[in-house]
Amino acid sequence: MFILIVGCGRVGSSVARAMLREGHEVSCLDEDPESHARLEVGLDKGWEDHGGHFTVGAGLETDALVAAGIEKADAFIASTDGDNTNIVIAQIAQRRYEVPTVIARILDPLRAEWYQRQGVHTICPTRVAIDMLESAVRDGAQRNGAGGANTQPEAV
Amino acid sequence: MYIMVVGAGKVGWNLTRELLEKGHEVTVIESNRRRYLMVEQELEHNITYGDASELWVLERAGIQRADMVIAVTGDDEDNMLICQVAREKYEVGQVIARVNNPRNREHFDLLGIKPVVSATDLILRLIEHEVPEYGLIHLLDLQEEQLEIIEMLLGQDSVVTGRRVGDLEMPEGSLLISVLRDGKGFVPGPETVLEAGDEILAVLDPGREDDLKQLFGPGGGNGAGTDG
Repeated sequence: MFILIVGCGRVGSSVARAMLREGHEVSCLDEDPESHARLEVGLDKGWEDHGGHFTVGAGLETDALVAAGIEKADAFIASTDGDNTNIVIAQIAQRRYEVPTVIARILDPLRAEWYQRQGVHTICPTRVAIDMLESAVRDGAQRNGAGGANTQPEAV
Repeated sequence: MYIMVVGAGKVGWNLTRELLEKGHEVTVIESNRRRYLMVEQELEHNITYGDASELWVLERAGIQRADMVIAVTGDDEDNMLICQVAREKYEVGQVIARVNNPRNREHFDLLGIKPVVSATDLILRLIEHEVPEYGLIHLLDLQEEQLEIIEMLLGQDSVVTGRRVGDLEMPEGSLLISVLRDGKGFVPGPETVLEAGDEILAVLDPGREDDLKQLFGPGGGNGAGTDG
């Protein structure tokens, strides 16, 4: 599978390495040339030596997307640090380049939910953190024997 | 009409002021605190503070009842997505977006955001209009209707100069709608004789520009319209 990852921060670079290890062809696109170094964290040799690709450019630039291989991508991950960029480029990948699998990281839970309903596969780290925190608090309360109606969370 | 403007920069601030003067109900949303405080001194309750990328900010400003949303921030992604949720989620009847980087126009098109306004394009149009070497000037593109209106200046060397409009073989899909002569415009009849210095306006199907150029341009005219 050819996987294109736009946004090579902590999340993007980790996913890139994991996918490469699993034997996929991985291409990363990032505005910041320095982010290439992040890809090589924990690798015994260079990113390219492992068969990875890296392109410097903005996700909104059509030329950069094409250079990074969007036209042959089987999967597209939008993981820049900007929600808006991720939402826009995910829709570009989906509608214009018809990439079969498109996933966007969206921090804002309200918009993540809405775009999910519009057919954009979204991952919302904030939502995940909220859910985990809530259940951790509930579990803790239950362990301390404080269970009961008054521990039910109020609707927010 | 309730109009929501996003971005209280120079464009948004002046736009809001003008719309208020025309008697509309307007709210402008600004996400920069300092800018908000400055503009608030003049616009008072017509400005609200917040990041309009967030749905709850839009809702607090009353997007559910907005008749029009105009996104004029300096960030194209913001403008695109604000217009997208305004139209698709809140079913706002009319959206207008500002394009900062003309290369992003295709993305606005892809998301179905129109009309869009681009300062770069506007200035380019003005240059085309002011610099006659361009020959044929686009005045208006009616994308939905698949029509455009163009202007052309007739030179001494234009083959149609001195000819009657009724004798012109206008290419199919084009129509001569007006002649500007000595600062006055009129609708030409078949007997109108074209003169050098006339500016002619024509409406045409997209893609017919070359046929018209051939007909009205210098040394052209031969064969124009034969395919029509």
